[in-house]
Amino acid sequence: MKTVSPHGSENWLTTKMTSLVDWGVNWGRANSLWPMPFGTACCAIEFMATAASRFDLARFGMERMSFSPRQADVLICAGRLPFKLAPVIRRIYDQMPQPKWVISMGACASSGGIFDNYAMVQGIDTVVPVDVYVPGCPPRPEGLLYGIGLLQKKIKGETFRDAAIREEHPLDRRGLSMAPERIDELSEPFGNSVHQTRSA
Amino acid sequence: MNPSVAALRERFGGAVTRSFESCGDTIVHVDATRAIEILRWLKDTPGQDYNYLADITAVEHRDGERPIEIVYELFSLTRKVPLRVKVELPKAEELAVDSAVPIWAGANWLEREVFDMFGVTFRGHPDLRRILMWETYAEGYPLRKDFPLRGRFSRSEQVRQALNANPEAHYSMEELAIANVAHELPAEIRDRLARGQRGVIPDPEGGRG
Repeated sequence: MKTVSPHGSENWLTTKMTSLVDWGVNWGRANSLWPMPFGTACCAIEFMATAASRFDLARFGMERMSFSPRQADVLICAGRLPFKLAPVIRRIYDQMPQPKWVISMGACASSGGIFDNYAMVQGIDTVVPVDVYVPGCPPRPEGLLYGIGLLQKKIKGETFRDAAIREEHPLDRRGLSMAPERIDELSEPFGNSVHQTRSA
Repeated sequence: MNPSVAALRERFGGAVTRSFESCGDTIVHVDATRAIEILRWLKDTPGQDYNYLADITAVEHRDGERPIEIVYELFSLTRKVPLRVKVELPKAEELAVDSAVPIWAGANWLEREVFDMFGVTFRGHPDLRRILMWETYAEGYPLRKDFPLRGRFSRSEQVRQALNANPEAHYSMEELAIANVAHELPAEIRDRLARGQRGVIPDPEGGRG
């Protein structure tokens, strides 16, 4: 495994030790993810199916659903996010301790899906940072498991030397998580909803 | 045709402006100023007994000239008979009717929903606030025909307002059903509920509220 060294050249022993510690820490983290389920719609049903015996999320160390954000590692937003819930998911995300990751499950959470209207957040990435997007409407349990697999792969590539990935990014003084122009760009209509311009 | 229509015409005369049958449902249009009187009569008169208010909703027609209709779906639980009562509110005038909460307590949230979505005011309503959209929602009334599908503000402005809303400020004491244990709540929460504090949107350049 390659490690990113922010300090340029290191001696051979330090590099070896770092990769060994990284390997151990990442192995532990990736295989004991505790999800915080944020289920708002039909994706939550598929999420429950993923956790149930047939697909059995417990195989990946995620047996314990953490219904308190303070003991959770990964926030799984399963379903559409209305604007009214945006401050709620943001507060849950802020309450989760580092290290933390976010999975956006399904079309609505990832992009607003079919709900390109006045009430719906067009992708939860405008509210919280997202690590893995799982497409589908709703995704099958295999899809979510694949997404979790991708997240584990991502975790196994992290290094504790890189402090930047553990930095907290609270909302700025406007109360936003990114520049307004970026939000407008991310929220632009695409696909069929570009034809949806009727107003009266 | 539901026999209640004939009884209404006999009792209220000109206040019943129109009545017809559509898809097996009887629809009665009544005068807005006397709507509450008529609804109360329909509920309390023996032989009518429309004791269940199933729904209150509103209709705005595509034809901009036509008035907004407030629809009361009544049902008699004893006689198993439905009746639809409509009130017309011309758009040029103030969009307001008297509240039906004194007759049916269940009208409370139904009228709040009509207020939230159509901007119709219910005079005498005990707690007329938005119910589906958050209370600081400033874009207008989403189910009106002149409301754009994606809202009036830009997406970034919508996200900003949503993230600045206080998610805990949406409930009245009655909704929380904690009025009788209010003395056990922390002083800070009790104080906030007593003041009826709601979310505040700070200005874009200022700090967070």
